[in-house]
Amino acid sequence: MTPQDFDYLRKMLRERSGQVLSAEKQYLAESRLLPVARKHGLAGLAELVDKLKATTAAAPLTVAVIEAMTTNESFFFRDKMPFDHFRAVIMPALLAARAREKRIRIWCTACATGQEPYSLAMSLKAIGPALAGWRVEILATDLSNEVLDKAKAGIYSQFEVQRGLPIQSLVKFFTKVDEAWQIAEEIRAMVKFRPLNLLNDFSPLGTFDLVFCRNVLIYFGQDTKIGVLNRLARQMPSDGFLILGAAETVVGLTNAFKPMTDQRGIYVPNVAAAKPAPASNVLKFAAKA
Amino acid sequence: MKTCLVVDDSSVIRKVARRILEGLEFEIVEAEDGEQALDACRRHLPDAILLDWNMPKMDGYEFLRLLRKLPGGDGPKVVFCTTENDVAHIARALHAGANEYIMKPFDKEIVEAKFQEVGLI
Ligand SMILES: C[S@@+](CC[C@H](N)C(=O)[O-])C[C@H]1O[C@@H](n2cnc3c(N)ncnc32)[C@H](O)[C@@H]1O
Repeated sequence: MTPQDFDYLRKMLRERSGQVLSAEKQYLAESRLLPVARKHGLAGLAELVDKLKATTAAAPLTVAVIEAMTTNESFFFRDKMPFDHFRAVIMPALLAARAREKRIRIWCTACATGQEPYSLAMSLKAIGPALAGWRVEILATDLSNEVLDKAKAGIYSQFEVQRGLPIQSLVKFFTKVDEAWQIAEEIRAMVKFRPLNLLNDFSPLGTFDLVFCRNVLIYFGQDTKIGVLNRLARQMPSDGFLILGAAETVVGLTNAFKPMTDQRGIYVPNVAAAKPAPASNVLKFAAKA
Repeated sequence: MKTCLVVDDSSVIRKVARRILEGLEFEIVEAEDGEQALDACRRHLPDAILLDWNMPKMDGYEFLRLLRKLPGGDGPKVVFCTTENDVAHIARALHAGANEYIMKPFDKEIVEAKFQEVGLI
């Protein structure tokens, strides 16, 4: 790939998905995009970039390129601690705080193949009778339609169900389908999957008591991270909770959230610092996407 | 250092398991079948047991039942590691007192995840 073509791709990715591809990641772009080129009947990467320049943002080729460049790895109960917090800290707090409306809304903002929202759904099942009469909604979104299709089907390989999922949960919530495992309909029914690009305006989704935004900000540039975090803060009540990935933080990025006292990895809206987020480039790009 | 007894009639599997578990800082003892494993446990109870199902002489399921009856035999965390990958086998293993269950083929990530699950690491 010529340096010019690679620059074009990097700029497009940054504008369309927020992903910042560093200069030394050319090999990654090449290995992920060659199959896309072939699938679309193009001879190579030069032809792919030429075609991209001539197509619209919504064209199947553009979408395929953006999706191919995402990293979709996920596991059940990834990093364990967020899910321990969910059971021991967050749900008890929300059950107390929402006792009158008996309604809780949870959002997984980059759910990939669904392990994260399904882990939450299984954890909710474990709470049992305390949730009788409650409406708990889990919305799971991702930029990539390909991963959402897999998430909706809820079918995982033997390898995938063995990383992070306790064996008791496998027996309880999955059935074997040939050599793979499908999560039970009662769990699938608890999660709504929708396509969504975090660069776009998500205010129509309403407010959420708990937001899981894990292992997606790491791919973004600084401005994009700040923009997303500030806009997330506007979708959350002052007693809501934000969970980030193990390598992610709000510290040094925004005052809209602050780390929760004594609970590593949980962030809460910073009411004292609440102020409108600055209009950033992110929103301008988003309008085009 | 924690000890792990690796029980499998295949020397290849024992070798793979040994390499993975030594990487996780376990000291390894090996046995080729349930009888040898039971002897080893009578001499010294390990912290963990990685256990195949189908083996000559005494299979993993029978070994587990007898192990849990030994004095202190409820101590070791037992992780099955077998090609048996249907719900019926898993349920039987759990009923007999297994703590976790690995379906072959396995790799380092899976062993690590399962050992973490039962608090061994
Ligand atoms: C590594 S996965 C994280 C999955 C899960 N949250 C976890 O922590 O295991 C990252 C996901 O972010 C999605 N993603 C990347 N850019 C996005 C964007 N701008 N909007 C929404 N999702 C995006 C990718 O499609 C991918 O599925």
